[in-house]
Amino acid sequence: MSRSLRVAAPVAIGLVLLALWEAGVRLSGVPVYILPAPSDIAHSLVVDGPSLMGSLLVTLRITLAALAAAALVGGAIALVFSLSRLVEISFFPYAVILQVTPIVAIAPLIIIWVRTPFLALLTCAWIVAFFPIVSNTTVGLNSADRNLLALFRLYGASRWQVLWRLRVPTALPYFLAGLRISGGLALIGAVVAEFVAGTGGAETGLAYRILEAGYRLAIPRLFAALFLLSVTGILIYLALDLLSRLLLRHWHESALTEEEE
Amino acid sequence: MAGPCPAKRMNGGVRAPAVADGQASILELNGVSKRFASGLEALADIDLGVGRGEFLSLLGPSGCGKSTLLRIVAGLTAPSAGHCRLAVDRAPGRIGFVFQDPTLMPWSTVTANVMLPFRIAGRAGAGERERALAAVRAVGLAGFEDAYPHQLSGGMRMRVSIARALVTDPDLLLLDEPFAALDEITRLQLNDDLLRLWERHRPTILFVTHSVFESVYLSTRIAVMSARPGRIAADLAVDVPQPRGRATRMSPEYAAMCERVSATLARAMGA
Repeated sequence: MSRSLRVAAPVAIGLVLLALWEAGVRLSGVPVYILPAPSDIAHSLVVDGPSLMGSLLVTLRITLAALAAAALVGGAIALVFSLSRLVEISFFPYAVILQVTPIVAIAPLIIIWVRTPFLALLTCAWIVAFFPIVSNTTVGLNSADRNLLALFRLYGASRWQVLWRLRVPTALPYFLAGLRISGGLALIGAVVAEFVAGTGGAETGLAYRILEAGYRLAIPRLFAALFLLSVTGILIYLALDLLSRLLLRHWHESALTEEEE
Repeated sequence: MAGPCPAKRMNGGVRAPAVADGQASILELNGVSKRFASGLEALADIDLGVGRGEFLSLLGPSGCGKSTLLRIVAGLTAPSAGHCRLAVDRAPGRIGFVFQDPTLMPWSTVTANVMLPFRIAGRAGAGERERALAAVRAVGLAGFEDAYPHQLSGGMRMRVSIARALVTDPDLLLLDEPFAALDEITRLQLNDDLLRLWERHRPTILFVTHSVFESVYLSTRIAVMSARPGRIAADLAVDVPQPRGRATRMSPEYAAMCERVSATLARAMGA
């Protein structure tokens, strides 16, 4: 499959669907507050663009901060788990509990407990985002090749050397796969937290703009905000995918190009 | 160090030749047994003495505990009973180990993989790098110093693994069916390369294999093992002339020895 076709095919499908949508709305006369046509949404993107971009930055800041915190804390927790099996079996169930409890249900509590709005939202997004990193990295750290472990022992490697030279590199692809999942989850977490917190004023995130547009029946703006959120999610995924490819390009199956295999 | 390990009478009445006179024994196993937690008896009452510079093959069917024996010698597994005495100090790098899989770090280049023993020892200067590069050249991988394992063929990866085992210039080299997963052509080539390396450096080699032909071609002595539990059924000196090469495989001595070892192995497996 040629590279250009791989890009052109989905783009063509997208254009056809947009054209059908546009034609359907125009021909059926569905009111704009039920379903706006793509052209209405595009118009709204232009008109409300600057203010929506400001809101996007607010949401993006929370998302990226939560993702960074998830990577750091999640990676650190996994390292501690890998050093002590007892710690792992003692604490892992609680990480699972934190993961399976719906964030919508605990967000109000967090917003009461954490006074700074930014930190409260960050905490919510972090809770959603950290688990895939902990769980993936823990598996990765425990997946070191048994014969390589024996070899390290034979050459008298310290616990620290085994961790740093063998377990951590083995875990890197697992960590990066977790990070790609967490990137999307951090955005979802940030949006959900904003829905619950509903912060108004100067620091208004994109989620609140969606709520607000809904209340005002400014449906094209709602779609425009939604569009920006989707694009942001895709960009975060692509950026993390690129990072993963760069870090693994020399050795991991997932990052090898066809000629190298 | 005590003298050569006196050979005990083996079952089947085959008398094991003792280590040749004048050769210092480098390894002695006395009554070594291994029973796993699962209750599986992998090895029973192994007595074996290995002289310095010998190339000893452990030949037997799969499941006869050959690999377990090798791991006990390397100190990676403790025997359930008996003693394993090594005349080399167990300092890191005095023993080299080659597994059935190349067991390379995929994130490291060929040179970095070969440097691993030095890196672990905290010595990774220019001298060590020079030794690593020399080891890479010695196994015929000049030009691939900076390649990653995924860029190499199976045989080349195994060469890297051998270079890593040789780089510390070990007294004892343990090879656990290193060529079993390779194709015939590569395997014969690596057999010859291993012989040349052994002739040049004369490390003591313990070579685990299930191939009669390979064991006769390579070794100076063959310990034939029987399975469940693993025992040494026979201990045979290989009197095929040295140095060996392509012509050896066609020689009558080689054919005769292969036949003798095959018969012994068949008896050991029937027993």
